[in-house]
Amino acid sequence: MASLELKNVVKRYKSQTVLDDLSLTVADGETLVLFGPSGAGKTVLLRLVAGVIDPDEGKILIGGEDMTDVDAEFRGVGMAFQNFALFPHMTAFDNIASPLEARHSSKGVIKAGVESVAKLLKIDHVLSHKPRALSNGQKQRTALARALIGSPPLLLLDDPLRNVDAKLRFEMRLELPRLLHDRGATVIYVTQDYKEAMALGNRIAVMSQGVIRQLGTPEQIYREPANIEIARLFGDPTINLLDVKPARDAKGIYVGLSNVQVHLAGAFEAAVGRDCVIGLRPEALSFVGEATPGAFPVTVEAETPLNEKIVTLVRTVRGREILVSRPAGAPGQAEGKAHIAVDSKSALLFDHASGERIGANKVVNLRSGEAA
Amino acid sequence: MEHTSLLERILRGIALTLVVIFFMFPIVWIFMMSFQTNETILRIPPQLVFEPTLANYTALITGKLMTAAGTLDIAFMRNLWNSVFLSVTSVAVALLLGVPAAYAFARHKFRGSEDIAFTLLSFRFAPALLVLLPLTLYFQKLGLANTYFGLIWVYQLICLPLILWIVRGYFEDIPADIEYAYRIGGHSWFATFRKIALPLAGPGIAAAGLLAFIFAWNNFVFALVLASADKQPVTVGALAFITSSGIQYGQISAAIVLSITPTLALALYAQRYLVEGLSLGAVKG
Repeated sequence: MASLELKNVVKRYKSQTVLDDLSLTVADGETLVLFGPSGAGKTVLLRLVAGVIDPDEGKILIGGEDMTDVDAEFRGVGMAFQNFALFPHMTAFDNIASPLEARHSSKGVIKAGVESVAKLLKIDHVLSHKPRALSNGQKQRTALARALIGSPPLLLLDDPLRNVDAKLRFEMRLELPRLLHDRGATVIYVTQDYKEAMALGNRIAVMSQGVIRQLGTPEQIYREPANIEIARLFGDPTINLLDVKPARDAKGIYVGLSNVQVHLAGAFEAAVGRDCVIGLRPEALSFVGEATPGAFPVTVEAETPLNEKIVTLVRTVRGREILVSRPAGAPGQAEGKAHIAVDSKSALLFDHASGERIGANKVVNLRSGEAA
Repeated sequence: MEHTSLLERILRGIALTLVVIFFMFPIVWIFMMSFQTNETILRIPPQLVFEPTLANYTALITGKLMTAAGTLDIAFMRNLWNSVFLSVTSVAVALLLGVPAAYAFARHKFRGSEDIAFTLLSFRFAPALLVLLPLTLYFQKLGLANTYFGLIWVYQLICLPLILWIVRGYFEDIPADIEYAYRIGGHSWFATFRKIALPLAGPGIAAAGLLAFIFAWNNFVFALVLASADKQPVTVGALAFITSSGIQYGQISAAIVLSITPTLALALYAQRYLVEGLSLGAVKG
């Protein structure tokens, strides 16, 4: 069992800083998802933890032990690579067995270990194949099996579902959380897929340009994104973002949508009179009758049924486009004029200039881990 | 291919035949000369029909050369053995030194690594004759002239840069992640080199070794200057057939046939490795 702690880690390549003074703590048994666009430094972070590259500054502690200068083979972590990194000249069996061979386990122990993990991942029938004879899904499972075997206390999974087809990815997204939970290992999981991040993570760290922009539970990241960028990355369909200038009247703070004053619930005092962007999740909007307070008129442009939900594109009086999502079967409107209302509690306000969220919950600045 | 007309196919056939004749003719001619006596070879006009004789081969193998001026001792079999010994040992030493060095240059960027690698390559730029004079003087001072040890050392100028630069490319083609994965699994860097890097670069190493062997085998000028009769390879030994009573074309031809046989056999055997080695880089693990 192992916790992981990174203290002020810096990694540079030539003049470029890939990880900038990054600190992070992952509790024993926790699954932390590193989420962010390519080039954010996720993979570099994982490799630093694995020990195949060295940080320029900072410390890496695994299970409370300083591992900064310890070679990769002594760190006792398991890792699955995005490109699988299988040994092309060995069979799937030998690929999976290699971490056990390094420990000089007996033949019987290796055989039993490989077979049990292969069975778990449903690749026991292809163990005699070389990687080139495996399908992408089988390769991915072989790579995963190699990382899991020997039950390493710390598992590093670098976007293992990136190179597999959509159907398998969906299956694995359901399978993996249970699998990881059952093994009780601490897991760092890198992904660019927000659904994967939401499904797998106890916590999600959103990274960009070598810095963790927000660290929180999937719920927090979704409900209280630190800035516009993060709000945009999570959610399908994407969050609606409209320029507004909040004002105050007797009933509270409101914004103008389709020339209607829509009142917001939330501590948005700081936003009054400033140029802001309002973030409205498509599912926080609903079609309502004209008389509903806060309802504003729109014109329905197009409707897209997506099995479990229906997404409607509407246009406000001033011509701005908004996406509305509702569960299939919920009342809606396919064309013509309509009124929609905002679930005022879930509206988000961002500062127009900086993109930072304005609101009651203070956002922790994770560079160096202090509250800003 | 189905769209090619009959004319096109005929023309292509003719062109291919011409190319094959152009390249194969000297070898076929030498092969034929090796079964003729000097008189039939030098007959004008040359004739395609002749009575084959094994006299040239017997002379080479027994080491007794019959000329008009009398019997001459030649050390051809000794030369052939020297060639085999020098080439095999040189390539073995170059592989032993060059492959680990290539791995280091491919995987570890250390201070001056590019400069060192380039310096090693630059050994191939220097004209051999330019290097030879100072080298001869040093070798005589050091007592290395006319020793196998000295020759094998000099042959490293030919083999080492070749192996180093070819094999380095193959190591660089192995995705680093594969090696990382093995190390994270708990293996030392040396085990990773032995169990991952070496087998994956194997075809490349075989190709480089074969090429180095051919270069070493064909070397002439180093051995000419630095070795005396008993250490000379076949390339230099062939000079002995220029005798006071004329050039022994028959024996030269037989000597050539005998001396290209080992390299030819090796090349044919290693051909599949060569092809595999040259195409491996295209298929990333």
